Amino acid sequence: MANKKYMLDMTVTENKVLGSLYGLLKLVPSDGSKLPLTRAGQFVQVEIADSKTTYLRRPISVNYIDEATNSLWLLVRKAGEGTRHLTAASVGHKINVILPLGNGFSMDVKTSDRLLLVGGGVGVAPLLYLGYKLREAGCEPEFLLGARSAADLLMLEEFEKVGKVYCSTEDGSAGEKGLVTANSAFNTRYDRIYCCGPMPMMKAVAAVAKEKNIECEVSLENRMTCGLGACLCCVEKKADGHNVCVCTEGPVFNTKELPW
Amino acid sequence: MVNLSVELGDLKLKNPVLTASGTFGYGEEYADFVDLNRLGGFIVKGTTLEPREGNDYPRMAETPSGMLNAVGLQNKGVDYFIEHIYPRICQYKSEIIVNVSGKCVEDYVTVCEKLSDLDRINAVEINISCPNVKQGGMAYGTTCEGAAEVASAVRKAWGRHMIVKLSPNVTSIADIARAVEDAGADSVSLINTLLGMAVDVERRRPYLSTVTGGLSGAAVKPVAVRMVWQVAKAVSIPVIGLGGIMNGHDALEFIMAGARAIEVGTANFIDPSVTMKIIDEITEFCERQGVEDINELVGII
Repeated sequence: MANKKYMLDMTVTENKVLGSLYGLLKLVPSDGSKLPLTRAGQFVQVEIADSKTTYLRRPISVNYIDEATNSLWLLVRKAGEGTRHLTAASVGHKINVILPLGNGFSMDVKTSDRLLLVGGGVGVAPLLYLGYKLREAGCEPEFLLGARSAADLLMLEEFEKVGKVYCSTEDGSAGEKGLVTANSAFNTRYDRIYCCGPMPMMKAVAAVAKEKNIECEVSLENRMTCGLGACLCCVEKKADGHNVCVCTEGPVFNTKELPW
Repeated sequence: MVNLSVELGDLKLKNPVLTASGTFGYGEEYADFVDLNRLGGFIVKGTTLEPREGNDYPRMAETPSGMLNAVGLQNKGVDYFIEHIYPRICQYKSEIIVNVSGKCVEDYVTVCEKLSDLDRINAVEINISCPNVKQGGMAYGTTCEGAAEVASAVRKAWGRHMIVKLSPNVTSIADIARAVEDAGADSVSLINTLLGMAVDVERRRPYLSTVTGGLSGAAVKPVAVRMVWQVAKAVSIPVIGLGGIMNGHDALEFIMAGARAIEVGTANFIDPSVTMKIIDEITEFCERQGVEDINELVGII
């Protein structure tokens, strides 16, 4: 097993509403313990307590770890009852969290590498922490963020603090009109693409990367139960035909490993 | 000190808390959250003769107080278990029980013969109740003849403790239990998942790739307790109870209804340390109620 996992009660220190569909939660360990070392691209399993309709934990990617305040940021889309409940948590509320889970993005980069981090919708979440980690490694990551409209472009100012940001919106209300794969960012030659977003977007980005022979990593969000590799529910079929757990072998995969 | 140790015939457990197959991997997945040596035992993932890829994704749907799964016995086969997994987990001081599944009777027999070489495996749990495979599995567990056929064949090949895991998807689970008792089972465990189904109305299709799947979690508990009670009245071999146990209180319900030991399943997904809490809660209950030996509570209903 890769890294030690913890189950912690965490206290909500901030809950920011982002548009009608999203929330940004900031959490600190309730007992004051230091957050475990977490890699960009890893995720957490959040318990949804006191909800009549939610039974299982919800997997949420790590948006950012603020070491100065020892806080974990989670960018949550209200996808259903469980996440709606989570985004309604008030400051001071305690939430049980299991972390850190999964493998995370590859960090074997050279400082000269040109890196494009492509996110769609709530899939931009793990790219913020990844951007910071890549900066720490001496790189200058660039972002390409896609959304339906300007209102769905999340945490733009935060991304702009880390690197150059390109945007695409389907209705043209911000950045370039159209899908991310049509964005002029792709006129530049990148050495690696990191991508997280809706499945059709990730497949389209992976196709562009394949055509241009660029290394590409995607973060999958298959429906999970345990998050620990025990239940075998969240499987993805790899290029070799074998099913693997997204929660332990992923959520990040090099697209060469997938039959895309 | 409360005595929590129980005997399932010749199989001695330090406490009645086991983990249900398919919900606890091979134990090591939970090592960060659980002292595996404290468990009565853990029952590892359903093991078959050949490797199995399992069913297509999606395999899980959350339902009120429960979940449906359609994993379909994904595992790397018994040889892989013996060569790669057993050497890693045989150090643990809890009983390691292998859940065995097959698409034909010969498969069950061959898997058990291979497991006979492993010193630390004192028991197998014969799965004749998986609802998620086309061949074998539940097909054997829904008739007295089919259940007895598997149990008696394994009995000839396996000299140690044989648990037979029963399906609730039958008219009379007590009849099936009696049939496997007559065929030589040392104990029975019940219930496996209840066959269920859920529909995504927005997309107008089932949530699971297999349409139907196995329901588990708190939602099934009253059905499971009732069946444990019926079976415990019908057979003289020990009964292991499972189905929706979330805490010590739930475990005690099964014990009072007739279970000598219990298995914790779906609850492990929500709280990976839940088995430790269940052991503590059973102990606290006994202390509070002045029960010196957990066996005093078995089947008091």
